[in-house]
Amino acid sequence: MTVQDVLTPGAGAPPAPGPAAGARGVWRRLRGRPSAVVSGAVLAVLLLAALAAPLLTALSGQDPYTYHDELVDSASGGAPQGSFGGMSGEHWLGVEPGTGRDLFARLVHGARVSLLVAAGATVLQVAIGVAVGLAAALGSRWADQVLSRVTDVMVALPMLVLAIALTTVVSDDFPRPLLLVLVMGSLNWGGTSRVVRAQALTLRGLDFVAAARLGGSRPVRVVRRELLPSLAAPVITYAAVLLPSNIVLEASLSFLGIGVRPPTPSWGQMLSTATTWFRADPLYVLLPSALLFVTVLAFTVLGDAVRTALDPREAGRLRVGTRKEKTRG
Amino acid sequence: MADRFRGVPFVAKRLLGAALVLLVLATVLYALFYLVPGDPAQLACGERCSPAQVAQVRGQLGLDESAHAQYLHFLQGLFAGRDYSSGTSVQHCAAPCLGLSRQNDQQVTTLILAGLPATASLAFGAMVVWLTLGVGTGLLSALRRGGATERVLTVLTLAGTGTPVFILGLLLMMAVCAYLQWLPFPSYVPLTQDAEQWAWNMLLPWLTLGLFESAKYARLTRSSTLEVLAEDHIRTFRAYGVSERAVVTRHALRGALPPVIALSAIDLGSMMGGAMLTEQLFGIPGLGRLLIDSVRSVDLPVVVGVVLVIGTAVVVANAVADVLYALADRRVVLS
Repeated sequence: MTVQDVLTPGAGAPPAPGPAAGARGVWRRLRGRPSAVVSGAVLAVLLLAALAAPLLTALSGQDPYTYHDELVDSASGGAPQGSFGGMSGEHWLGVEPGTGRDLFARLVHGARVSLLVAAGATVLQVAIGVAVGLAAALGSRWADQVLSRVTDVMVALPMLVLAIALTTVVSDDFPRPLLLVLVMGSLNWGGTSRVVRAQALTLRGLDFVAAARLGGSRPVRVVRRELLPSLAAPVITYAAVLLPSNIVLEASLSFLGIGVRPPTPSWGQMLSTATTWFRADPLYVLLPSALLFVTVLAFTVLGDAVRTALDPREAGRLRVGTRKEKTRG
Repeated sequence: MADRFRGVPFVAKRLLGAALVLLVLATVLYALFYLVPGDPAQLACGERCSPAQVAQVRGQLGLDESAHAQYLHFLQGLFAGRDYSSGTSVQHCAAPCLGLSRQNDQQVTTLILAGLPATASLAFGAMVVWLTLGVGTGLLSALRRGGATERVLTVLTLAGTGTPVFILGLLLMMAVCAYLQWLPFPSYVPLTQDAEQWAWNMLLPWLTLGLFESAKYARLTRSSTLEVLAEDHIRTFRAYGVSERAVVTRHALRGALPPVIALSAIDLGSMMGGAMLTEQLFGIPGLGRLLIDSVRSVDLPVVVGVVLVIGTAVVVANAVADVLYALADRRVVLS
């Protein structure tokens, strides 16, 4: 989904309050920022590589799961033979130490898992956050009290700890990527819900919402036609912060050996054995690290640019602030 | 000064709220972990257990009681302590009893206390790093506004907030231990055993976690310093001819620090619960390691106990942060 899709959800929707009017203006402002263009381009390449992973690996003639015992040196505990982690015309980026699985194939297939899990979790977080925030803002005072306290607790509790704990109660047969989406999604929605609640409380008092209500629209219709379009800008801004933090959270869980498990590759999973290998095969550690770093940085920069483009007036104030990081070292 | 004594009922209310949150957390955790659809006895016993063995484990764990009786026992253990009998001997588990580990029948409280020193040495050392480096960088970047220094610092802090801490640690370890060989690969030595070795081995973990957190503190210090510098009273000081240095160190810093102190308290609280990734990377046997190990061996009482302790640390830290904030910034009136 692009920014434009979200910003123009239906004909006749009222423009969002503030200068974040047309999607075209947002697009123009985004294009005008070199940092946004560069990070956007980097992400486009990464997304394309992730989407085309089967195609790319067909091209290189490898797949991410086949063992190549002959390419690793069993005498040294499984370090790849040859220089640069066993790079060759067949194995473009070398092979995984220990198993000899093709590294390029694992990296691009790992990109799919990492990005898909993060995107899925973000969608779930935003959905729950919007629902809870709207319910708190529009429901009874009692409902607001309960929901707001629950939100406070969700925001305060350390995400990584709870996510780790939650994975214990699920049987091993359950697909891990889906489990990660569910766990991350059901835990980290507090911030979105706060933003949505505050925004919806303001919007509720505005004339166009009152007019729709007095005009006899039912609550569901008021929410869908009047509130949601105006909530798009703050929600997108917040989702842009959530996405990179979800990538880091997935990588962290998989690094700890609790997230994605081999043979399924993900960038964090590839780093889970990094401490064993970084002397014998530094490239094996550096490649996923670099990809993870570049991806998170690009998403962060792009998110910052989207925020500025959506609301140039507010951006100056917001950018100097700091946001509370969810993933604890 | 009299105004600030209004804080006492506030603190009481805050503590009561915190206690309530913890009770709810304990209940939810309990429900989630002990009454899950899956069979905890089967989980604890493993895949290849015979039905008879599972039944025996169930009896030992008290799982043959009704759900609410189990819950009451759990709460009783938490507030008054309880006894565990393993057929032949009886083990008493004193007041904040979090149960027994299913791996080795040790009390969860004992395991947690054993992990605490390592976690505390990591967290406090890292705090020293982020308070000096993070706050220093933030101040510098606020004072050199618009210059090249600020731009470099902004890029560095942006990169710092985005990098996962374990990548930072891995790269540092690769550079410092494997290639430059300035430091040995860290292996934890308790402070009580050998202070020098302890510090030497903790140096890299401190730097890793401290640098990682520094980015956030640099941003916070920068923004709150800029905010204070823009205020009227600072302009007045300048107009009176107070030197720029005195303006910054005596007046701007005082206004900029309260949020930093408050955030430090919160961060320290959540780190008490284990800076898991750093502990795992450097093999520090703290609370985070305990949690990960118990998750891997599906040792539910330990998982619940550690999460509960972490939750307590976080909730308490948040309350402490509120109070510290008010003490450091006299404009805040607690109500």
